[in-house]
Amino acid sequence: MNVSSIVEKLNLKIACGREKLSQNVTGGYVGDLLSDVMANSREGYLWITRQTHQNIVAVASLKELAGIILVQGKEPESDTLEKAAAEGIPILITELPAFDIAGKLYDIVS
Amino acid sequence: MNLEYENSFEIQGGNFQEAGDISVFIKKKLQNLGVAREILRRVAIAVYESEINIISYASKGIIHISISPESVVIDAEDEGPGIENIELAMRAGYSTATDKIREMGFGAGMGIPNIMNCSDKFTITSELNKGTHLTIIINISNNDAEKNR
Ligand SMILES: Nc1ncnc2c1ncn2[C@@H]1O[C@H](COP(=O)(O)OP(=O)(O)OP(=O)(O)O)[C@@H](O)[C@H]1O
Ligand SMILES: [Mg+2]
Repeated sequence: MNVSSIVEKLNLKIACGREKLSQNVTGGYVGDLLSDVMANSREGYLWITRQTHQNIVAVASLKELAGIILVQGKEPESDTLEKAAAEGIPILITELPAFDIAGKLYDIVS
Repeated sequence: MNLEYENSFEIQGGNFQEAGDISVFIKKKLQNLGVAREILRRVAIAVYESEINIISYASKGIIHISISPESVVIDAEDEGPGIENIELAMRAGYSTATDKIREMGFGAGMGIPNIMNCSDKFTITSELNKGTHLTIIINISNNDAEKNR
């Protein structure tokens, strides 16, 4: 299933990367520690996090993640948006906390 | 394949604004050179964690990368405080990251362990109040297939 269908099913708000929603989602990872995500995420994962600063973009780009989901309605900082747009990384926003959105994503993807 | 590439990148300590830019650049460069995906993944992690550590702890540094058909060699050398106890720094979970650094999501104490997991050969030397030097070698030929991180 691609990012676009997940955006629709989970009612995610698209902060950027609207044109990059076709990547196939292979799984998900929840984490706020960047080197944990570097070690344990895989290509095509959606990354669920509460981190909003621009360092999340490099992690998503290097690991070829399908996108980043910010929890609890968190908005990305402006330089995060700029970088993500330049790198073509979708940033999506949910009002739900991490546990809830991870559960819903797990049901869809696994 | 005629795989040769070499470049050096300067890093300013404390420059979190551009943190990760060098890693992303190097990964794209190697991708364009046709480096295999599994090697790419390991180089990306190793360069990223080296870059972040220089930005987090040192005053400045240089990452030098060279690629031959046999291997990727990464040298990350900085001028900075050095590491007092290297054995401790290599241990997963050990971190001296400040609150400011932790707020950005660093400080899990996993950076050096990640680098070690991605290297076929890893050496680290450090001198207090002078700096730290990592050498990371990732084999391209005879790449042992068990390494999956
Ligand atoms: N270049 C360096 N100069 C000085 N000290 C360093 C350097 N690199 C690492 N260290 C020391 O080694 C510790 C462990 O580094 P490591 O990268 O494994 O974890 P971390 O940076 O604390 O957290 P993480 O990488 O998971 O975000 C650091 O907290 C720091 O004390
Ligand atoms: Mg580190």
